[in-house]
Amino acid sequence: MPRRTALLALALGTAAGLTACAEEPGSGADAAADAGGPVAVTATDDSCELSRTALTAGRNVFTITNAGSRVTEVYVYEGDRVVTEKEDIGPGVEYELTTQIPAGEYDVACVPGMVGDGIRTPVTVTAAAGGEEVDPAQQQAVDAYRAYVQEQADALVPLVAEFAAAVKAGDVERAKALYAPSRVPWEAVEPVAESFGDLDPKVDLREADLEEGQDWTGWHRLEKALWVDGSTAGLEGVADQLVADVTDLQGRVQNADLSAASIGNGAKELLDEVATGKVTGEEEAFSHTDLVDFDANLAGAEKAYEVLSPIVRAEDPALATELEAQFAAVEAALAPYATGGGTYVSYDTVTEDQRRELARVVDALGEPLSRLAAVAAS
Amino acid sequence: MADVSRRRALGLLGAGAVGAGVAGLGVTGVRAATDPAPSAPVVPFHGAHQAGITTPVQGHLHFASYDVTARDRAGLVALLQRWTAAAEALTAGREVGRDGAVGGPALAPPEDTGEALGHDASRLTITVGFGPSLFDGRYGLADRRPAALADLPRFAGDALRPERSGGDLCVQACADDPQVAVHAVRNLTRLAAGAAAVRWAQLGFGRAASTSAAEETPRNLFGFKDGTANVLADDDAALDEHVWAAAGDGADWMAGGSYLVARDVRMVIETWDRTSLQEQELVVGRTKGEGAPLGRTSERDPLVPSELPLRSHVRLAHPDNHGGARMLRRGYNTVDGTDGVGHLDAGLFFLAYQRDPRRAFVPVQRALARDDLLGEYLRHVGSSLWAVPPGVRPGQWLGQSLLG
Repeated sequence: MPRRTALLALALGTAAGLTACAEEPGSGADAAADAGGPVAVTATDDSCELSRTALTAGRNVFTITNAGSRVTEVYVYEGDRVVTEKEDIGPGVEYELTTQIPAGEYDVACVPGMVGDGIRTPVTVTAAAGGEEVDPAQQQAVDAYRAYVQEQADALVPLVAEFAAAVKAGDVERAKALYAPSRVPWEAVEPVAESFGDLDPKVDLREADLEEGQDWTGWHRLEKALWVDGSTAGLEGVADQLVADVTDLQGRVQNADLSAASIGNGAKELLDEVATGKVTGEEEAFSHTDLVDFDANLAGAEKAYEVLSPIVRAEDPALATELEAQFAAVEAALAPYATGGGTYVSYDTVTEDQRRELARVVDALGEPLSRLAAVAAS
Repeated sequence: MADVSRRRALGLLGAGAVGAGVAGLGVTGVRAATDPAPSAPVVPFHGAHQAGITTPVQGHLHFASYDVTARDRAGLVALLQRWTAAAEALTAGREVGRDGAVGGPALAPPEDTGEALGHDASRLTITVGFGPSLFDGRYGLADRRPAALADLPRFAGDALRPERSGGDLCVQACADDPQVAVHAVRNLTRLAAGAAAVRWAQLGFGRAASTSAAEETPRNLFGFKDGTANVLADDDAALDEHVWAAAGDGADWMAGGSYLVARDVRMVIETWDRTSLQEQELVVGRTKGEGAPLGRTSERDPLVPSELPLRSHVRLAHPDNHGGARMLRRGYNTVDGTDGVGHLDAGLFFLAYQRDPRRAFVPVQRALARDDLLGEYLRHVGSSLWAVPPGVRPGQWLGQSLLG
């Protein structure tokens, strides 16, 4: 479980602006997509003025000026979903926020003092004349992947509920058997699940990630109780919370901010997870069910590649060939450890030499996989 | 101490003239006659503060932590006196011991191990510190432990290994020539036999920080400039406020000293290398090429935390978020071969000097450990904390203000 959260995804929303700012001053205004030029947002302590409220779909640049005396935030909402945001804009500070916006109805909100719902101004985004706001192949990939993520989230809830019930019943053996399977859908879509930053630390924090005095909840708290203490007495609340948290996730994945680039990047992150957490045996320090997670991470990465593969085959056929070969190699390397029904040998029985072999195939896939996002977004 | 420059001695050896023939020559004179380098490679050992803190960061590091095994306080004092004399010689480019590497009796092992013969002083500095464990009951120091030397708390994600952490004494040897730094620690360790034993040690290279505006900001193994906003050696006001302990701080014997936090931080190199440039820059908060704060154009442009991604490294570490706390960093890059699965065993040996870690390193690291996006690619595996006593004047010895 990494500590990456939604904020990175949000930060990425502003990246284009920052990069443009750093390398090509003024390029935002020249880009074809943001036909009307940047939208000036002037925030004060009691007002939030936009230079215009009719926008064109695609890349839009908001030049924000905090002319008030309090720190402010600016959000772009579609209903209650945050499309992009910029927090902590100090008095006198100017900031350029760049984001991709599809056609639709939105609100731009300034939040002086960073509390409350903010001062909202409705804006209308219309499709660019004669142009597509999002490449249809990319949109198709996003739609297919969103459906997959929802499917995984839907599958997750009953699995976790069953696991939690065994924990609460004090049935240690049954809970141990249900532990690893209950994590599989989570592990398959982990980068998306993590993009809701508040959830990941609650459900997937490892003991090693804790700081002094921090409460420990989630799967790994229960894992330690089951495998080390042999008892889950007193952890009924932790089990209930886990169910509530994954149910919360189920309701939120439709709002995940997905793009061809983020899907490609997510595939790479899943392999990073395997390389840094599973191959090393750090993720499942007590249950040693790391290979179940490995399999799920791999399946999630393969799905991400699958939805992007039409684009990759068209844009970079050599990369497609390479990825398909390397996915097959990782699958082949993992297969000998399978014990049927989605279970795997305990990772503490996997020798140093075997772990090194696994690391090698994971690296061999991870390297070309890291090029997927740039190709998918091209 | 052998009053023989290693360079001069080698020259004499080459000419077949072994012995103490130049013993009467002043070191400076010897160097002037033999060293063609335009700038003196000797950093003065004596001074109000120990060398190796504000000294422009040398190219190489050998850092060693020791457990003190001396039977009593007198044994500890004798060790520090031996180390002081040896450090005076080594930092001046001289050999250890009266007879040095080759001047002694043929049937006795040489006093100096000899691998630095022919190497100049190479700006060697030797900096000695006392760990919290020295202040247990063994040497009558229990009531002398400074409050600022409080044990570091556990930070989120810490994966500390006891065998890479802590210790009673430390030696930080820095030099531009790695062989000179290694030679220093090797000989100091030999002089410690029976009084102190090495607990762990770390080699470092490619200084990962600079302490002078004239030096180009070096790069860490993530490929980013590191230490742009460091406390600089010529900023006396900042040094007095943030680096040097003062008499009124609670431990008078530390006046003119500093507190050192050393962290063995491993980097998850392969994963980082597969991360897009855009994400690398968002995680750090600076551009990779120039080192400019994101949204700005040059390295020295003002860094306004509120303009940067919330969880970027430089935003979280910024003094504005920590009551203005700053540290003097002089860390080094490390590569210790490979780990068990073929990945680079590499990282940063973080060294930061400060007036009080409770107001500097601790709050900064607490914030970083919680939220820093860079934490994804870092693993803290070693940690130690040291009270680095003030410098010594000729005739004094290291730690005299504590043990004298």
